[in-house]
Amino acid sequence: MNAPTLSERITRGALIAAALFSVCLFLVLPLVSVFVQAFAQGWHLYLQAVRSSDVLSALKLTLLVTAMAVPLNVIFGIAASWAITRFDFYGKHILITLIDIPLAVSPVVAGLMYIEVFGRNGWMGPWLDAHNLHIIFAIPGIVLATIFVTFPFVARELIPFMQAQGSDEEEAAVVLGASPLAIFWRITLPNIKWALLYGSILAASRAIGEFGAVSVLSGHIRGRTTTLPLEVEMAYNEYNFTAAFAAASLLTFAAIITLTVKKIIEATSGVHTRAPREKDPA
Amino acid sequence: MPVRSKRKFSLLLRPSPLPGFGLSLGFTVTYLSAIVLLPLAAIMMRGLGGGWGIFVHAIGTPRVFAACRVTLESALLAAGFSAAFGFLVAWVLARYRFPGRSIVDALIDLPFALPTAVAGISLTMLYAQNGWIGRYLEPHNIHIAFTRWGIILAMSFVGSPFVVRTVQPVLEDLDRSMEEAATSLGATPWQVFTRVLLPVCLPALVTGTALAFARAAGEYGSVIFIAGNMPMKTEIAALLIVTKLEEYDYEGAAAIAVAMLVLSLSIMLVLNVVQSRMLRREGKRG
Repeated sequence: MNAPTLSERITRGALIAAALFSVCLFLVLPLVSVFVQAFAQGWHLYLQAVRSSDVLSALKLTLLVTAMAVPLNVIFGIAASWAITRFDFYGKHILITLIDIPLAVSPVVAGLMYIEVFGRNGWMGPWLDAHNLHIIFAIPGIVLATIFVTFPFVARELIPFMQAQGSDEEEAAVVLGASPLAIFWRITLPNIKWALLYGSILAASRAIGEFGAVSVLSGHIRGRTTTLPLEVEMAYNEYNFTAAFAAASLLTFAAIITLTVKKIIEATSGVHTRAPREKDPA
Repeated sequence: MPVRSKRKFSLLLRPSPLPGFGLSLGFTVTYLSAIVLLPLAAIMMRGLGGGWGIFVHAIGTPRVFAACRVTLESALLAAGFSAAFGFLVAWVLARYRFPGRSIVDALIDLPFALPTAVAGISLTMLYAQNGWIGRYLEPHNIHIAFTRWGIILAMSFVGSPFVVRTVQPVLEDLDRSMEEAATSLGATPWQVFTRVLLPVCLPALVTGTALAFARAAGEYGSVIFIAGNMPMKTEIAALLIVTKLEEYDYEGAAAIAVAMLVLSLSIMLVLNVVQSRMLRREGKRG
């Protein structure tokens, strides 16, 4: 570009200033506010709130649910992207569209869907009742809700990535007599590891923070079926703001780690956030 | 060597030397059906199973009608705010280099990463009467928390990254020579913006705004804290579903859910069609 004129420099400065101001007001302030509110009554009360049995059991459940939901969606993501990017088959475009459905569904509606399947009046309700199995208002329901809301995350990262990579290496390996498992462990997995990690982190972040769908299915039993975001809500509704923001600060900390790790992966591996719907392997 | 059975009928359009088609597609379809399609069918049947009369009756009450109206109007305004904020930030990030740029770039995704309940209580605290921002608005008689504006604020917050992340790559890939040509032919900066830049960015801007709208219309966690939740005034559709569930009105809850599903799935379908049309057109041009 040629040397910018004065008016170009003014426009540039004004636009940057406007963007920085709105980002600070809109994004940074809520972030800072969480920590300020959490520490408003001093370190001592903050630590006491974080170490309370309610918060600790909620944290434990949150981690457990995440550890169950994310690996399942990783397996699904790998299977779906292998089928979609390595083969041409009837109904491929419909399949790609269907994978995105959970992104369009309101979390509350997602929770309600499982109540219609597993609830007392639902399709499987009588059978579950007869066998004394509990899904709704219990941990399995929370896991299902979390699986649903994080469903497409890994697949959406892997599909465009594997599409761009092509299948030459894997086809060469087949010709040379490699077994399917050897192909997966020694060629596919090393090739997709960054995209896989990226998708898993996005999924884990959402899994840790999911509120609406989990809220509908949890039953809100303190110490048993409350995840950390639900603990935030319950403490807040009891006007226990220190406890609410203490729990919120843990979640915010997780969000900051997510954003940092994401940036690092983008910088080191070239895996990029893909704009929604940019990925169709047409 | 794995022995590949010769199948007469196959879903495959082209044969492939690679293994694992049956296994990967089988698992994908089974998992998709169990997690997404089956529950989707269940709620559709509950909502519409009683016939149109019952569905319309459940949807047609003044309270449901008011909640849907509040939700849609707020989501529309919020999508507009997200579009304005998103376009400005996407432009600055794509065009300018300045100190702290990569931090701003990372912060854009904050609404994706920050749990909605946390965003909800934090925004409420900021805009409440004695909050950091609320206390300066109060003397001017501007109320945000516990009004419609609070709903719009929370919805804009969660929707904003969609616009930035769809518009930013388009602006980054833009060929600068077109702008330079326009300028050298005597176009004013405003003409360059409206006649050259905007037409190129418009599809991405519309897509991002539509995604922000869809997200805003279904949003629950961040809105319920700041909304005040007054029936007929500041009650959103997602909250009304939860209320109906707590009253064991499963038909009523399912009916609202079906209406919301129809809206969000049609937005998704339209965007998909538009997107694949555009890809095809670009393919022809390229």
